[in-house]
Amino acid sequence: MTETLSTFTPPTRFAVPGRIAVSNRAAALWQTATLTEIRRETPHAATYRFAVPAWAGHLPGQHLMLRLTAEDGYVAQRHYSIASAPDDEGHIELTLDHVEGGEVSGWFHTVARPGDQVEVRGPLSGFFAWPGDRPALLIGAGSGVVPLMSMVRHRRARRSDVPLRLLVSARSPEELIYAGELGAETTPVFTRSAPAGVPVGRMAAAHVAPLLAEAPEGGWEAYVCGSNAFAEHASRLLVAAGQPVDRIRIERFG
Amino acid sequence: MNVTRGFTGRPRVPDAGLPPGQYDAGDDWPVLSAEVTPELSPADWTFRVDGLVEEPRTWDWEEAHALPGSVYEGDIHCVTSWSKFGVRFGGVSLDAFLDAVRPRAAATHVVAYSHTGYTTNLPLADLTGGRAWLAWEFDGKPLSAEHGGPARLLVPHLYFWKSAKWIAGLRILDHDEPGFWEQNGYHARGNPWEEQRYSGD
Ligand SMILES: Cc1cc2nc3c(=O)[nH]c(=O)nc-3n(C[C@H](O)[C@H](O)[C@H](O)COP(=O)(O)OP(=O)(O)OC[C@H]3O[C@@H](n4cnc5c(N)ncnc54)[C@H](O)[C@@H]3O)c2cc1C
Repeated sequence: MTETLSTFTPPTRFAVPGRIAVSNRAAALWQTATLTEIRRETPHAATYRFAVPAWAGHLPGQHLMLRLTAEDGYVAQRHYSIASAPDDEGHIELTLDHVEGGEVSGWFHTVARPGDQVEVRGPLSGFFAWPGDRPALLIGAGSGVVPLMSMVRHRRARRSDVPLRLLVSARSPEELIYAGELGAETTPVFTRSAPAGVPVGRMAAAHVAPLLAEAPEGGWEAYVCGSNAFAEHASRLLVAAGQPVDRIRIERFG
Repeated sequence: MNVTRGFTGRPRVPDAGLPPGQYDAGDDWPVLSAEVTPELSPADWTFRVDGLVEEPRTWDWEEAHALPGSVYEGDIHCVTSWSKFGVRFGGVSLDAFLDAVRPRAAATHVVAYSHTGYTTNLPLADLTGGRAWLAWEFDGKPLSAEHGGPARLLVPHLYFWKSAKWIAGLRILDHDEPGFWEQNGYHARGNPWEEQRYSGD
């Protein structure tokens, strides 16, 4: 091995964190998760709480792979972000949108009840994770708020004063997931209907600019999560407002 | 087998083309990339192959297009569980580029990297023998930016995170070196037929 060939770094670099170690062992192992509680969040989303006794812990923002098995051996697996904060020992929570005709989310929303067992492996990917050490600007839409909420909850549980802001887009106040839990760190944006006096419209430069203007020293680490269309839109707004591309992490739900 | 109570799944016909754990995404083509989609015009795009080669080289858009064209028709598989059947990509076989630079005898692995800084590692043997492409057309049209246009790597027999979007170059090495997702816990090779999703699979 020659010196010039070791550890190749391409000419440009985006935000590869490097500071977050991912446990390969946890990622490779399927574990049984037992559903203990279902909480309705909105007409289309519910939170599923699971007991996973050997859960190795996670960082806010990480996701897992979940699989359901039919009697004939047919398997369906999907990725879901973890909604709960890491300190919730032996338990994790997921929040699922009911996707029209969806195989896995459909089972959760129409069949699942406490006591049911599914399988999970993870946590996966350290890229979208926020260990809580740097100022974070979180932007999400729909169920894209799920991994961001884990970050918000983590910060609260720690009573941390690291700056954190959440910009979240929802169709209407009724569709805003975790509405009752969002606090002063959050600016909601409503695209179809809003409470009296709140404008209706999609996320725009006017929402992003003031947050960048009040950036803490050293700037924000930006986390964008949602559908691909939303991720494209929001990441463009950030770049246009001056956020460096290598400090934007994106999680696209497909 | 851990059967999930009340889960039947969609009605399905067994499909020999579907690797284990995958489902047919039909007409959908989900977008999964961790970075901001770059606005890269063909005029700004270049492709370099260097490292353990006799003659490192950089091609620009016109030079790459002057190479003999080659089409991939077949299936693609993403680690997030969707597969897409019967896609058609147009571009150039990677062999055309590798033949021009002549990898040295000690060469075993490759790091592919993007204009964004994304990286992914591959065994050199997975990129030769007509199994990998540099692709700039999808369904007869220019490849869209969100799917890696103007040009992406295409290694359809491996999970799709290996097919680096916005491809900028290949560095040929004599050892394996984990790329972006591989450092984040994903498998070094990523063969969908063996379900090599995460490191340790
Ligand atoms: C990293 C990551 C994190 C994620 N986190 C979350 C999260 O926290 N919460 C969340 O809700 N989602 C999340 N998702 C999305 C999630 O993985 C699933 O894609 C989503 O739940 C839909 O799965 P499903 O099985 O219900 O739908 P699918 O069965 O996959 O269907 C999706 C769509 O395709 C249509 N469709 C596909 N095939 C057929 C067919 N054969 N017949 C009829 N219709 C079909 C369905 O009608 C539906 O509109 C995440 C995705 C990723 C990649």
